[in-house]
Amino acid sequence: MLDVSEGRRDALKCMLWGGAGVLWTVAGGVPKSRVLAPAMADETGDGNFSFVQISDSHIGFAKSPNMDTPGTLRAAMDQVRRVRDSARLLIHTGDVSHLSHDAQFDTAAQIIGEAGLETHYVPGEHDVLVDDGKNFFARFASGAPHGGWYSFDHRGVHFIALNNVQNLKAGGLGNLGAEQLEWLERDLRGRSASTPIVVLAHVPLWTVSQEWGWGTADASLALTYLRRFGSVTVLNGHIHQVMQKVEGSVAFHTARSTAFPQPAPGAAASPGPIKDVPAGKLRSLLGVTAVRRVQASTRLAIIDTPLGG
Amino acid sequence: MTMRSNRIGLLTALLLASTGMPAYAGEQAVIIDNFAFQPAQLTVDAGTTVVWTNRDDIPHTVASGDSTLRSPPLDTGDVFRFAFTQKGTYRYFCTLHPHMQGTVIVR
Repeated sequence: MLDVSEGRRDALKCMLWGGAGVLWTVAGGVPKSRVLAPAMADETGDGNFSFVQISDSHIGFAKSPNMDTPGTLRAAMDQVRRVRDSARLLIHTGDVSHLSHDAQFDTAAQIIGEAGLETHYVPGEHDVLVDDGKNFFARFASGAPHGGWYSFDHRGVHFIALNNVQNLKAGGLGNLGAEQLEWLERDLRGRSASTPIVVLAHVPLWTVSQEWGWGTADASLALTYLRRFGSVTVLNGHIHQVMQKVEGSVAFHTARSTAFPQPAPGAAASPGPIKDVPAGKLRSLLGVTAVRRVQASTRLAIIDTPLGG
Repeated sequence: MTMRSNRIGLLTALLLASTGMPAYAGEQAVIIDNFAFQPAQLTVDAGTTVVWTNRDDIPHTVASGDSTLRSPPLDTGDVFRFAFTQKGTYRYFCTLHPHMQGTVIVR
């Protein structure tokens, strides 16, 4: 028989680090971020455009340290609902499911849909495990042409949703491929350099860890097309921890997972889930990611690395 | 009895060796754990079936660049078997985590 109280306590512990989304506000063309906290009030009633990023919900994962990934995704969506009046969009940066199963996509779509927000997705490698990801693209990127990448405009911000999780090469990193890069160049050509650009991709577009494959092999070419823009924000998932880096006018961010944390590069033998998360550690994790203002022309720097080993 | 069995075994081995046939063509195991194939390099005789077992918390795949090997996603506990009938060097990787690589040498 299941120990219900133990299970519930575990679920609550997981929510401390797992239930967070990231709220983005675009003010003057410059996005700034803040991790959603359970007690946070809606502070964005200033007419600026806001959106929320969630990532790596891994519906179908049910092992230590999280036996209830639908529960922690639901907790994240509870927080999203609190800012619903100001947040206009919801972004999911991939690994919606754990094994690309229909039932996992169904559960995720139902929980995420409850927020009632326009939602845009990019695939994670766990979403394209079966049949070249046809099921994922049909459900979550139905308007996207072949390849699953697309762009859209929202309130003057140009969003670009990339796919860097397919056709990966042995020993390599994430991969965009020549066809997608050509499309990206065409998509950006002729756009005013003052257009704020937000790029979505699952695997980081900057190399967080070569050894663990946490980067995208041909991202540098994509960045040559993006550098002339005054404000470029790159939102990634995949590594289940918040990391930020600013390089010229390009700001890179990776989001937390709603499912389980992964270790910082080099802090463990492998990038597998952190299973044993002591309570004291959880509190320190909560305190790390707060308001972040992303400014153009900041020199190259990692400005936040909250998840130690 | 034991001595006779040994003698028969030795005779069989000598016979197989002399005819160039594989001395043993059974199963060899590769364990997937901690984001690694163990052993990362395995040498087997032609006709051997290699059995990969995922003991990790995270799904992995076994795939070669030329699609000779192409396992379905292997969740924890799942097994993938492949019978190597042709001699050669088979390099493979995990399509989810391409830094995970392995080699099977079939002699």
